[in-house]
Amino acid sequence: MNPLLLWFHKLGSPPYFYRFAGSWLPWLYAIAIVSGAAGFYGGLAMAPADYQQGDSFRIMYVHVPCAWMGLFAYLFMAANAFIALVWRIKLSEVLAMASAPVGAAFTFVTLVTGSIWGKPTWGTWWTWDARLTSELVMLFLYFGVIGLSNAIEDTRQAARAAGFLAIVGAVNLPIIHYSVVWWNTLHQAQSVSLIGPSKIDPRMLWPLLTLAFATHVYFFASVFARARAALVELESGKEWVRALASEPAHG
Amino acid sequence: MKAGTTGAACTAVLVRDFALVWRRRGDALNPLLFAIIVVALFPLALGPEEAVLERIAAGTIFVAMLLAMLLSLDTLFRSDLEDGSLEQLVLSPHPLALLLACKIAVHWLTTALPLVCIAPFAAELLHLPSPVRPVLIAALALTTPLLSLIGAVCVALTMGMRRSGMLLSLLVLPLLVPALIFGAGACNAAQAGLGYAAPLLWLGAWLVAALVVAPLAAAAALRISLT
Repeated sequence: MNPLLLWFHKLGSPPYFYRFAGSWLPWLYAIAIVSGAAGFYGGLAMAPADYQQGDSFRIMYVHVPCAWMGLFAYLFMAANAFIALVWRIKLSEVLAMASAPVGAAFTFVTLVTGSIWGKPTWGTWWTWDARLTSELVMLFLYFGVIGLSNAIEDTRQAARAAGFLAIVGAVNLPIIHYSVVWWNTLHQAQSVSLIGPSKIDPRMLWPLLTLAFATHVYFFASVFARARAALVELESGKEWVRALASEPAHG
Repeated sequence: MKAGTTGAACTAVLVRDFALVWRRRGDALNPLLFAIIVVALFPLALGPEEAVLERIAAGTIFVAMLLAMLLSLDTLFRSDLEDGSLEQLVLSPHPLALLLACKIAVHWLTTALPLVCIAPFAAELLHLPSPVRPVLIAALALTTPLLSLIGAVCVALTMGMRRSGMLLSLLVLPLLVPALIFGAGACNAAQAGLGYAAPLLWLGAWLVAALVVAPLAAAAALRISLT
């Protein structure tokens, strides 16, 4: 068998994934912290102040990567839920459920930093702008997935039901987004102009991309850590977990 | 119709569900009363000025109707789950999606259709201008089946737990944001003298898609919940 394919098949086995994720975790955290620190230094200290917004634009370096991650985490969750439902891979169920709280946290941070950013620039904590509204709806979708998976007692059934909901939400997400955009234009809201991505200064851009990379790595580190804990709990009766429990403590 | 065919099974489901609703016809009135009470609370909270009520009428009626339907959603499969007939539906050789579509249709006819019928009355309570009322009824007639269909998928997912309660609203309401926007948006556009055909057509398109996909999704969700 093709070695890459073989590795991929192996990865689906809980004990193999547990060891694989465990050996990668410290590296992922280290890369996330180093690139995150570099990005923050570039964004907060090196990038020039915005000619219009002054220093307040620097919250973008938290806001924008988190917004991207909120969406990415949803897609990751829905894709894993789809794999779990079609090919019945246990690991995908675990990964889908592990990414839900992380994605919800990123979305929440996006909303909070957005509202902090909105106060000096737009003069209000909250406006019913299309992006804000669809971000809020996405947070509710996350809460629905988390709530459903917590409410069903059987872990595997909970993961499959909540995963199905995640897929339904993913199908509806574009409809929700475009309906909110349409609703917003109908209401003639205040015209909000963010910095256009094409016009951004390269000195401002590289820290943003570095931080986007850092949040991706952090996302995977966090999901891996959660998935490891969930796997041990799920497979607590199995041989490999018992062997793990009887081993002397290590990372 | 010959016994054992899919058509006969669908008829049996329809007849049974209608009979169940008819025998507890007092319960079927509850969503109507709830919707009227919610609509009546708004003038009490905001004051009886006609101009204010006129402005919020369409949105308020929409929200009240959606909440009333939401409260009745949990009963869609619950009693069938408790008496075991839901498992029989899942085990039957007929397509589960079709049988569920029959159940959803009965739910819509017995809870949503009466709500649409009392909409003009609610519109009168809030002084909605009379030219907007046909638009309101059309928008409700398109939105409520969407809620029944999407709600059925979410209800099927919550069958694995003892009581769904508040969680169900958390699952259903975010998915219904577009329905609310387009439905109430059509009414607001009509009230402002703008064209209202586009949002209604969008609702119709979405309803057609949901009619095809939602029963299949509900069947898949139910199989997940009952394994």
